[in-house]
Amino acid sequence: MAAVTLLEARGLTHRFGGLTAVRGVDFDLTQGECHALIGPNGAGKTTLVSLLSGRLPVQTGAIRFAGQDITRLPAHQRVRRGIAYTFQITSVYAGLSVAENAGLAIQSRGGAEAEVPAALARVGLEGMAEARAGTLSYGHQRLLELAMGLALHPRLLILDEPTQGLSAGEIGRFKDLVAGLTPEITVLLIEHNMEVVMDLARRITVLNFGEVLATGTPKAIRANRAVQSAYLGG
Amino acid sequence: MKALLLHLGVLAGLLALNFLAPAYHHAMLARIMVLAVFGLGYNIAFGYTGLLSLGHALYFAAGLYATGLLSQAGWSAGPALLAGVLAGGAIALVSGALALRTAGVSLMIVTLMFAQAGYQTILYYTPLTRGEEGFNLTNAGRMLGPVNLTEETPRYLAALALFAVALLLKLALVRSRRGRVMVAVRENEERSRMLGYDVFRVKLVALTLSGLYAGAAGAAWAVLFGYVGAGFAGIQYSILPLLYTLLGGAGTVLGPFLGALLMFYLIDLTSDVSQSYLFMVGASLLILVVFAPKGILGSLRARGLKWLP
Repeated sequence: MAAVTLLEARGLTHRFGGLTAVRGVDFDLTQGECHALIGPNGAGKTTLVSLLSGRLPVQTGAIRFAGQDITRLPAHQRVRRGIAYTFQITSVYAGLSVAENAGLAIQSRGGAEAEVPAALARVGLEGMAEARAGTLSYGHQRLLELAMGLALHPRLLILDEPTQGLSAGEIGRFKDLVAGLTPEITVLLIEHNMEVVMDLARRITVLNFGEVLATGTPKAIRANRAVQSAYLGG
Repeated sequence: MKALLLHLGVLAGLLALNFLAPAYHHAMLARIMVLAVFGLGYNIAFGYTGLLSLGHALYFAAGLYATGLLSQAGWSAGPALLAGVLAGGAIALVSGALALRTAGVSLMIVTLMFAQAGYQTILYYTPLTRGEEGFNLTNAGRMLGPVNLTEETPRYLAALALFAVALLLKLALVRSRRGRVMVAVRENEERSRMLGYDVFRVKLVALTLSGLYAGAAGAAWAVLFGYVGAGFAGIQYSILPLLYTLLGGAGTVLGPFLGALLMFYLIDLTSDVSQSYLFMVGASLLILVVFAPKGILGSLRARGLKWLP
């Protein structure tokens, strides 16, 4: 079966004042893969996914998703087309219950209230439906955030540093969960934890100073001299 | 269910008061109910969607003047009232489309500017609007079909009917899916956007609904009490619904009514006792804000009455 390209970005450049955070990036996602985006702090990872998800307007370049040009679409319309984004710093509705949080995600795609228990069970939060989201532990808020992303039934799920701040045990569970998402859902993972990246990703893109340094399988990336010197400190 | 019963109970109580209340309180309650509709609408924008507007006097005045001027031009009360409601909504829609590009403090200032511009416009066209002095509606203009709204009882019942419709529609709104999204936008705008909600649109719809309520209150004021004047377009009429809402409880359906009731009686009671009654009103408000920052119903909800919508 030939690989189908789900997302295709060409020539993305983004400047904040005098700082060029992303410079001429070409980026492809194959349908059903788990693709990791890595790079040192300040490499432009979050800027790049913000451009893909629509949180930042595209200044230069073009993005196609599922065969359609989405370059000018605002964020909420990209979500409707199947691009879900989970925040780097957990962002749930702290004042609402866990069930209401999930319900808002389900409602957004026109789903029914009855789907809430299943959405929570998928990440193991079924026992906490009535708790206020703000009172949950950080790890549980992360899971809720993931549940909300999945409840949108996305075609592409962008996870922005999902394991940051989690305990070792929580990271293990998170990994199992994400590993089970592909190939139904394409996953774009921004992650600092190399163990997580190497275990989950089928392909890795390395960013450095806003440019793509290398793209390839975990094995190829590990062997890449340029990556070693820039990032892995080899 | 409990919530619906509570609201129907309040309406039944107000109906009973039509027969029981002494004339003085009867007249005051009619005014309270009309201004409470203004507050109910304000709360849709402020309490539920998180839009702090300082310009709602504009929407109230839009309803008041649309109805008043059309009545002067010979329209009968029914169509004039309807035009007033729509005027409030239309002005909210147009000013909101511009003002909602801002948020927070900027939104407060922009809405305030719109309202001041409206106030000045009314004064500028004094030959038409009679400016600060205002004008009275003719008795013919205050006949709603066979109902003579210059009489106490029909006036009270008309105010109650408007209030009942406004209250029950709001109850339905806040329990609907749209109501839930409004709260979501209030709680976390960016999250809502990234769940696929068009945040700007949600806000604009909420503000327009709020404007329809304000317009309805203004239109009803013109017909029920027969007076239209520029004073209703001033800053104090933007502050009043905010006070009602804060006092009763932002984000509660009944809160603005309770707030309006309390404010009216607070002013009434203290002005009997002393000339410095506004000082006492201010002091009472301060005490409330310090000890019950969520307002009366908001505090009750936080302390166990979780079902309160």
